[in-house]
Amino acid sequence: MMNKRINGLGSYFLLCALCGPLLLSQSAQAQLDIDIAYIKLQQEHRPVLSNILPEASDAGQRGADLALQDSNTTGRFLKQSFHLKTDISDTPEETLTRIQSRYAQGIRLFIFDLPAGALKTASAWLNKASLNSVPADDVLIFNTRAKENALRVDQCISNVLHTIPSRAMLADALAQWLKEKRLNKWLLIKGSTEGDHAYAQSMQRAAKRFGHKIVAEKQWSFDTDLRRLAQKEMPLFTQTEEYDVVVVADEQGDFGEYVLYNTWYPRPVVGTQGLTPVAWHRVVEQWGAAQLQSRFEKLTGRWMNSQDYASWLAVRSIAEAVTRTNTTNTTTLKQYIISDKFELAGFKGRKLNFRTWSGQLRQPIPLVHPRSLVSQSPQAGFLHPSSELDTLGFDAPESQCRLAERF
Amino acid sequence: MKKQQRLTQLFAISTLLLSVQTALAETAYVSNEKDDTLSVIDLDTYEITATIDVGQRPRGIILSKDQSKLYICASDSDTVQVMDLSTHQIIKELPSGEDPEQFALHPNDRHLYIANEDDALATIVDTQTSEVLAQIDVGVEPEGMAVSPDGKIAVNTSETTNMVHWIDTETMQLVDNTLVDQRPRHVEFSKDSKVLWASSEIGGNVSIIDVASRQITHKVAFKIRGVHPDKIQPVGIKLSDDGKYAFVALGPANHIAVIDTKTFEVLEYILVGRRVWHMAFNADQSLLLTTNGISGDVTVVDIAKMKAIKSIKVGRYPWGIVVKSQ
Repeated sequence: MMNKRINGLGSYFLLCALCGPLLLSQSAQAQLDIDIAYIKLQQEHRPVLSNILPEASDAGQRGADLALQDSNTTGRFLKQSFHLKTDISDTPEETLTRIQSRYAQGIRLFIFDLPAGALKTASAWLNKASLNSVPADDVLIFNTRAKENALRVDQCISNVLHTIPSRAMLADALAQWLKEKRLNKWLLIKGSTEGDHAYAQSMQRAAKRFGHKIVAEKQWSFDTDLRRLAQKEMPLFTQTEEYDVVVVADEQGDFGEYVLYNTWYPRPVVGTQGLTPVAWHRVVEQWGAAQLQSRFEKLTGRWMNSQDYASWLAVRSIAEAVTRTNTTNTTTLKQYIISDKFELAGFKGRKLNFRTWSGQLRQPIPLVHPRSLVSQSPQAGFLHPSSELDTLGFDAPESQCRLAERF
Repeated sequence: MKKQQRLTQLFAISTLLLSVQTALAETAYVSNEKDDTLSVIDLDTYEITATIDVGQRPRGIILSKDQSKLYICASDSDTVQVMDLSTHQIIKELPSGEDPEQFALHPNDRHLYIANEDDALATIVDTQTSEVLAQIDVGVEPEGMAVSPDGKIAVNTSETTNMVHWIDTETMQLVDNTLVDQRPRHVEFSKDSKVLWASSEIGGNVSIIDVASRQITHKVAFKIRGVHPDKIQPVGIKLSDDGKYAFVALGPANHIAVIDTKTFEVLEYILVGRRVWHMAFNADQSLLLTTNGISGDVTVVDIAKMKAIKSIKVGRYPWGIVVKSQ
């Protein structure tokens, strides 16, 4: 029986080497072991006013766990076995030490659940180490957390692919929908963190791109406890020139939850609260997503969030490349993943692949409120010469990154 | 406009009258995934004659060989229900494993091959004794299921593993796997059991597989003017008994493709309802009925004219469909 199975596969590979997408490998019959390091720097949660629903502390990690399960179910038919080495640290220094020891063990595939700063330091170290080794430049890194636009525009890092959408992608997804709804006059309010400012900047860029007007922009700086005073504070805070919609940039949920139903004008609230653009949410259930959701809930007992989804995609991207190329050679895997042959089914109704310039995974962005899916961008009618998904975020001419050239 | 419509209706009725000689009033059964019901359509009048409550999230449905019973995958009830079609009563529930989605009945009229979507398993159940004969490990999210007309092989697709799994029906063991494009859905054997058709929803194509060698011999891709290639997502497949045509439901492209099974050329794209899933022929194969998930209706396609002639409103998210001839 075993023999039969392997023969069947061998001939399949042979056939498809002819039609292009697969590489014939001599090792088609050998057992492949694929080691992946998942590196997480524990997120610091600063105290917020809206502290009723805590964030999951294992966000991201469990998505990788599920993808590992999924990939090994597939792998057992192909004699491919995937292993995840999970390192969770509390400081950037400890993170780097862990990465160094994983590299020393021979691991070349990394998933970084790190903030931008730690991501840059760690990737720089890995890239330098691998350039001096034989074979050179054979690392592949997935960024599953850092949403900074700069990483996709002018702070390009070699060998890094992004499965988490950039803030610009989220902002553009929302702005397209607002255009569709003709909600063109915005009040933009933001919190005080670096992330809040970056989110607000992405919304400003999106406003310009899609022809919206920001009638007023305000920063939240009050330090009262809004759980008691929201009804009094928020209407005054949002009393400006008239707007169609309030756009909130409050990534950690400090005050944003209290904006809804408390605005001076009775207007919808969108952004980090209210109607929110996300990579993933429990309410996404079309395109077979219901199955992914229920597998995740079964494994973890909680809902799958955007970070879990980004990690799931990272592990699945590696596994898909291994399945199709039947190799553990990182350089081959990298080239396959960034090529136009690569396609990943990500439960969003169309195949996903990576932008060759920035290494960003193209993906539709769901727009959700806590209990339902409202829409999914790109919205119909926002056209692009090659892929409508590239109307979200930074397109090739807007980015200095030329990642694929160095792959 | 109206006149023309009436003419088409008249034509439809007259073609039906012609077919009446071979088959009297036929009945279509449609599972409504989000209503937990079946819609019953009289194919003489194209009217809904009954709506029947069944288990939760009904998807795949299949007739027993003598057409006296209907098997229903009640996915969220984790069971396969057996309905007596003379009374429309559920007479039995079969142990199906968790989350049954699609299934196939062996030509022996006894063994049901069921895909358990949540559990990466295929379950084989004896419909007479209600006994589970085997559970076979397959890939992630098993979906499509088919048994070859000669009864020797069962195949199953797994949507996230992207494989067609081959099961020997005698030993009830997995014997081989064939890798296909992203998100394989439906599988259908040719009448002579020599060729297998498998649709890849996200890959956007249909693989034609030689059953003896288990190798892909052709891939059929689709192109419809004005429809983005990513929206062409093949799901259901039906092969006509005369061996001439394959019909492929293209999901959110809202069309079905008609393929010449000799040349693998796409002959025609027929506009039907929104997000077309699955299809069924009537007995003499003059009509093809499609379930359209999003528009919540069934489209009737006249095969001689290769045209949609009627759409019939059913429940929410119609999924599976079978036609019972009287």
